[in-house]
Amino acid sequence: MSTRRRTDYRGVAVAVPITVPYVRYSTRSAHWWIGQAVGELLKRSGLEKSAVDGVCVSGFLLFPDTAVGLMQHLGLSPRWLDHIPMGGNCGVVALRRAARAVQAGDADVVVCVAGDTNHVDSFRQTVASFSQFARDAVYPYGSGGPNASFAFLTDYVMRTTGITRADYGKLCVAQRANALSFPYALFKKPLTLEQYLTARPIAEPLHLFDCVMPCAGAEAFLVTSEDRARAMGLPYATILGTIERHNAFPEDPIQIRGGWAMDREDLYAQAGVGPDDIDFLQVYDDYPVITAMQLEDLGFCAKGDVQLLIRAESFTIDGTLPLNTSGGQLSVGQAGAAGGYLGLVEALRQLTGQALGETVPNAELGLVSGFGMINYDRGLCSGAAILARGVSA
Amino acid sequence: MTAPLIRPRRKNPVLKSREPTLPPWARSRVALGMTAAAAEGRFELQRCAHCQAVQYPPREACHQCLSDALPWTEMDGAGSLISQTTLLHSHDLYFRERVPWRLGMVQLDAGPTVVVHLHGDVTEPPTRVRVAAKLDKAGMAVLVGFPEKEWPHMADDRQLREFTCHPQFRRVFVTDGKTATGQAIVRALAAAGADLIWVGHAEPWKAAPGLRALVDIPQVTLLPLDVTDHRSIKEVASQVGPKVDILINTAEYHRAFGIASRQGTDIARMEMDVNYLGLLRLAQEFGPIMRARGADGQSSAVAWVNLLSIFALSNFPAHGTYSASKAAALSLAQCLRAEMRPAGIRVINVFPGPIDDEWNQLLPPPKLAPDAVATAIVHALREGIEDVYPGDVAQEWRTRLRDCAKGFERELAAGSGT
Repeated sequence: MSTRRRTDYRGVAVAVPITVPYVRYSTRSAHWWIGQAVGELLKRSGLEKSAVDGVCVSGFLLFPDTAVGLMQHLGLSPRWLDHIPMGGNCGVVALRRAARAVQAGDADVVVCVAGDTNHVDSFRQTVASFSQFARDAVYPYGSGGPNASFAFLTDYVMRTTGITRADYGKLCVAQRANALSFPYALFKKPLTLEQYLTARPIAEPLHLFDCVMPCAGAEAFLVTSEDRARAMGLPYATILGTIERHNAFPEDPIQIRGGWAMDREDLYAQAGVGPDDIDFLQVYDDYPVITAMQLEDLGFCAKGDVQLLIRAESFTIDGTLPLNTSGGQLSVGQAGAAGGYLGLVEALRQLTGQALGETVPNAELGLVSGFGMINYDRGLCSGAAILARGVSA
Repeated sequence: MTAPLIRPRRKNPVLKSREPTLPPWARSRVALGMTAAAAEGRFELQRCAHCQAVQYPPREACHQCLSDALPWTEMDGAGSLISQTTLLHSHDLYFRERVPWRLGMVQLDAGPTVVVHLHGDVTEPPTRVRVAAKLDKAGMAVLVGFPEKEWPHMADDRQLREFTCHPQFRRVFVTDGKTATGQAIVRALAAAGADLIWVGHAEPWKAAPGLRALVDIPQVTLLPLDVTDHRSIKEVASQVGPKVDILINTAEYHRAFGIASRQGTDIARMEMDVNYLGLLRLAQEFGPIMRARGADGQSSAVAWVNLLSIFALSNFPAHGTYSASKAAALSLAQCLRAEMRPAGIRVINVFPGPIDDEWNQLLPPPKLAPDAVATAIVHALREGIEDVYPGDVAQEWRTRLRDCAKGFERELAAGSGT
């Protein structure tokens, strides 16, 4: 690991959290969803389109287009453009890239946007052709998609650590409780532990409420300088620290830890805070086993002890460790690449006094973590960011 | 433990036969190396020639030293099952029709972790397993995790049977029972538990040694069949076609000599008529019928076996025109394989060296006993192997062709080879 001290993110503002309300199925394309998000961001920020000189895009279903084609589609002419195909980690990585571009002066106003559509058959097609390794060595084995991959991991962790389905269920039930006040969550009914435990099996030991529901949606935020954000009168958050890692611990026979375990000291050192200082957590929650892994690897409990933490905390907005305060993907839905933005955008709302549902009381620091790309047997991308309250609405 | 297979009940003729579907077949080009080995019954992965690291999934560069020298290398398949799941939901039509479906994650002793179809007799993880490569219904290699030790009725595992063509309780049509090889195949199929065996015999007015004895096998019914006569094939197809699960084409015409030592084309024409056009006629009549029954319950149509010859792969001048007819048949068999693929029906090509019969009288030993050919065919059906090279001569030819096909051609021209 490098011993060179990392530059901080002083002077960078993160603002204008946008969520285009999700729907289960959409006949529109990913371009439409991303266009809606960008349009809403411009409207809410009061920016002219011509003022946008940096764009960062993620979307699985933009194909055959890339971010480049999207610029012509949306009539944008940025001097800085990035395309981040990192799935559930794209939000944190977009934030990192955009923040450095603004600090370096390569761009002043960067729109970060992620969105995807969901046609009736598009999820199957995405899963079938997700990666070369998945096509060669996973999809021909039952074609269970991510459900099967995470079933293997959940099975392994349950066998080796003593965590139970009820423990995982508590995370899902708490997130659903949080989702009930969030207007855009596709799941609007309370979930009981009993319902969780007795739901139909999908890929043992995973049952229905362990799995996210694919849907269409888009998320966006703005990265610019604090000076400009203040001048525009925009509420904003600041960045205390970030990390990313790809293909961490390749020697592990199964993914018992993610890149966070490799980099969390770096994260907290850069931020100058520790896990105890964090007021709420937005972790990537495609399956509760991954939520639990992040709680461990980000240092909220010792490795292998997460069931004790789960039994001790409520994870609801009114508790001591609010988790996925909009309900996470498990309750809001998984809108493709937008899933990688969902936690970050929600954290921005919480830290800028713009929560759409209940507000975490007195929240000053939020931790967002991302996880993505089951290329073969494990998620390859991990990342995290610690955001602080800047100027509230 | 796997429950032994039960003889299927008679099919209700009113019910619709399920249309065949295939598991996902898309693979990268490099991954097809695993299929090439599995087609011959071997489990091979790439191993780096420089650092010895075993690679999986298949790659273009070594994950350790980035070398591109990654020869396919036979694996013993030993490993540990570290986790498992049983799918009850699938995105793919083929698997959707077949859930629950058991899968495992195996850490191979050779290094990589592999996702496998998991045999029902494998105990809960952690446990030792043996991984093998099999061809699935799409003809693509997949890995299967087996228990370390053999269990009774292991072949009857519901998932495993998707990858094999076991003759048990299946109905087989052997196109020519007049040859010693045809008769050995019929006996081996009966011993393997085939339910019904129809045996073709051309020119029924001519007795053939051993043919009558076949009738004593309770499963056997003789049918007059001449593969050079389209009408004869049509008749047999209309009688038994819709019931044939496995077709084994043993009909062949074999004479010695090459070009100069025989005048005219009569013999060559007969060889082509039986060995090449015979296959074409059979394929035209039986192919479409079998294709419709690719997913017809426990005993659906599963396999088409061609008795070719190792001479199909390179001309053996002493039997030159026969070699040419077998080469033609091999080419046609590849076409048949492509056409049977949508139904998941395996086309098995058997490439024996010289069989110990009257037409190979002048060839020196080793020569293949008809029983050995029969054993190899039943083994291929049981294991789901697609290309079979039975006997020492066939194995040697295979190796020499792979090492240096041109050099081997020169040696054959100079009179060596068998």
